[in-house]
Amino acid sequence: MSVVAPPLPARDAELEPAGLLTRLHDWVVTVDHKRLGIMYVVAGLVFFLIAGLEAGVIRWQLAVAENAVVSPQVFNRLFTVHGTTMVFLVGIPIVFGFANYLVPLMIGARDLAFPRLNAFGFWAFLFGGVLLYFSFLGGDGLYGAGSAPDVGWFAYAPLTARAFSPGNSTDYWNLSILVMGFGTVATSINLIATVLTMRCRGMSLGRMPLYVWMMLVVSGMAVMGLPPLSAAQIMLLLDRFVGAHFFDTQAGGSAVMWQHFFWFFGHPEVYILMVPGFAMVSEIIPVFSRKVIFGYPMVVAASLAIGFLAMTVWAHHMFAVGMGAPLNSAFAASTMLIAIPTGIKIFNWVATMYGGRIRFATPMLFACAFLFQFLCAGLTGIILSVVPFNWQLTDSYFVVAHFHFVLVGSLIFTIFGAIYYWFPKVTGRLLSERLGRWHFWLFVVGFNLTFLPMHWAGMLGMPRRIYTYPADRGWDFWNLIATLGVPFQILAVLIFAINVLISLRRGAVAGSDPWDAWTLEWATASPPPAYNFETEPVVASRRPLWDVKHPEDPDGPHE
Amino acid sequence: MSVTAATTATPSIFAPVSTPAFAIRDLSFLVLAIVTAIFVVVAAVTVYAIVRYRHRPGDDGRDPPQVYGSVQIELAWTVVPFLIVIVLFLTTTRYIFAIERPAPTPDTLEVRVVGNQWWWEIRYPQLGIVTANELHVPVSDAARPMRTFITLESADVIHSFWIPQLAGKTDVIPGKTNRSWIEPRKPGTYVGQCAEFCGVQHAWMLLRITVHPRDEFDRWVAAQQAVAADAPESRAGRDVFTSVACISCHTVRGTPANGVFGPDLTHLMSRATLGAGVAANTPETLRAWVKNPDALKPGARMPAMNLSGDQLDQLVAYLTTLR
Repeated sequence: MSVVAPPLPARDAELEPAGLLTRLHDWVVTVDHKRLGIMYVVAGLVFFLIAGLEAGVIRWQLAVAENAVVSPQVFNRLFTVHGTTMVFLVGIPIVFGFANYLVPLMIGARDLAFPRLNAFGFWAFLFGGVLLYFSFLGGDGLYGAGSAPDVGWFAYAPLTARAFSPGNSTDYWNLSILVMGFGTVATSINLIATVLTMRCRGMSLGRMPLYVWMMLVVSGMAVMGLPPLSAAQIMLLLDRFVGAHFFDTQAGGSAVMWQHFFWFFGHPEVYILMVPGFAMVSEIIPVFSRKVIFGYPMVVAASLAIGFLAMTVWAHHMFAVGMGAPLNSAFAASTMLIAIPTGIKIFNWVATMYGGRIRFATPMLFACAFLFQFLCAGLTGIILSVVPFNWQLTDSYFVVAHFHFVLVGSLIFTIFGAIYYWFPKVTGRLLSERLGRWHFWLFVVGFNLTFLPMHWAGMLGMPRRIYTYPADRGWDFWNLIATLGVPFQILAVLIFAINVLISLRRGAVAGSDPWDAWTLEWATASPPPAYNFETEPVVASRRPLWDVKHPEDPDGPHE
Repeated sequence: MSVTAATTATPSIFAPVSTPAFAIRDLSFLVLAIVTAIFVVVAAVTVYAIVRYRHRPGDDGRDPPQVYGSVQIELAWTVVPFLIVIVLFLTTTRYIFAIERPAPTPDTLEVRVVGNQWWWEIRYPQLGIVTANELHVPVSDAARPMRTFITLESADVIHSFWIPQLAGKTDVIPGKTNRSWIEPRKPGTYVGQCAEFCGVQHAWMLLRITVHPRDEFDRWVAAQQAVAADAPESRAGRDVFTSVACISCHTVRGTPANGVFGPDLTHLMSRATLGAGVAANTPETLRAWVKNPDALKPGARMPAMNLSGDQLDQLVAYLTTLR
């Protein structure tokens, strides 16, 4: 029989309200995993707005053929900084911010294993992000050429060599991501240590919430995937500042080697971003279907398989490089194999909904849209793994459509769902359901209007990263539709922002467990006190709160 | 020079005219059929679950029966995808090897394409021809099957060679020599462009390929092999050309101009476009281009030479004789 700590009062009411400076100081010096988690997510959302506006300008420029909204160089800066921001300043901080907040609560711990390392990770990320954006102001550097980076978020050598990228804009890209990489590795090590050593009594590995399992896998991938990128970036620094020739093709360096380093990070990175999305819906779907997750051991095994296979698929970004038939076949095989565990997860989520009583609160709406959009993303992924087909589609707008279905249609949708789901835990107040529905439907329409047509543009031969295109190519229509989706998305995000601001003050009071959920974070107050749990919880199954609510039929015997 | 057929404007990958592109289209139909079937099945089950098991106002509020899993079902949805993957993988591999290791035809044409920021140099080593941005190849037919093998090299950064109706793309990488091949079956002009981000003017690094009937191709070759025209009335323009820095970068065979950084201009007016596709090649646009390339193609490597109006007129008059 499980014992769960009773909810605690949220605040010590006797304490005097602190002044603004004191409160600010508290946030800056905090080592509390919850505050750091909130700061990660808020900073990530701010960068999301900035990078979204950059994307809006990109779409404006491409709405019609031979448009001249921005100059070619400004366009190149926009897509470079948009991509870099979305991956490093939006995706990573938000998914690790959620993990920061949730993992200790879900495993019944009081903080992460290394709280000060955690604070270091956050501030390293924020410094890197500010450094990247400072390049818009200060990028001229000593040599007077260039401002913000314009070499693409992938920064392929030798375009990054001094000969082709004078000035310091590329160095801003390089150093800011290097710094953020250190922060991410630190946080990942912290999460691994926490999950392995700080689970509450009764919580064996096999009883961890799926969210925690998947963040463990994500942290493992980050620890393996980011250092190769950092290494390559240090080599690039040596190339640019002390005349090394790692990637300098004019002096015998290798352009292909950069691609191997970059994608050895870059492909696990896709899963570092996407598996947290899986983790979030693996919590949301069972709660709103009112059913236990179908096939927990299989979902865990599939996550581990994805984590393992994710390290073996990187060169599928390089099918057109000329690696030769045997290597191309090998990477096609690993890429197709990773579709199997990914498919298994979709089947398990649908099977969880099957036979349930599905409540369509906003978190579940986002989870359902995720299921369809991620299905599209996965299937276009299979298309891209078919190497000869890939030779046509790679570096075309088809790929742009594919990975935006992954990173927006799947990841951003699950993040929105997760914000609606955990907002009451973090703030003590529910977000408005009515505004949530507006947000959801506008975003579904806008997202699909923008990104579905890009599949066709790509198949009609439109390459990526072009600032304009000739009028006779037959791409105008699809590009115009894509741009028409933008206002819908802007409006949706605006409604979301309004929803957050209003609900912070006037939202319905949530109580400790507004969704009638089953994991430990719902056993403490909303927002949780600094120490999370007054006494260490003890659990006897994967759903400790189910056991409390259904003493006649606890989970334990079924596992 | 006659252009055989009108330009096919949209370079759709589903309108192939050459062997590798045909093969890829056939393979793509199989793949699209498989993924469409998967989409229909999974989406249908998901929609069914959402509609059938939605919360209804009349529900009693109790939680439904908890189903923890099923080994048989989970085994089924692991094995079936695995079988699909095996079929896909074997098919893919067959096509990879078929396309990457083509059988030589008795007759082959060798072309060497060099990517530059932001134009293509095109060389025919067997024929002694050098041109830019516009490939010309003979059609391959039953009477005379003929494959064109393309050697790809880069002078600066990474580019990617892509003419969707002829073949998939192959990257053009400095320090690495890549190969591609085409076997066009239908005369006409087809378009493509650089497909790897290569700097500020990546968007205007277009490619055109004209597939000629055999006799027309032979005439094109003969015309390209000739040295540059030297009309006495355009001597003044030729003197401008040789006396300012043009010859540092451009070659005009039969004159002292032998620069190698820019496109070979010996038969400039045989090409349909300027600046790798940024404008149609007419005397007017040519004048605008020579006056200030940056105005047509911001960031282009060719400098404006600050020529006077008279010099420009003379120079353009000379360049238009290079047919």
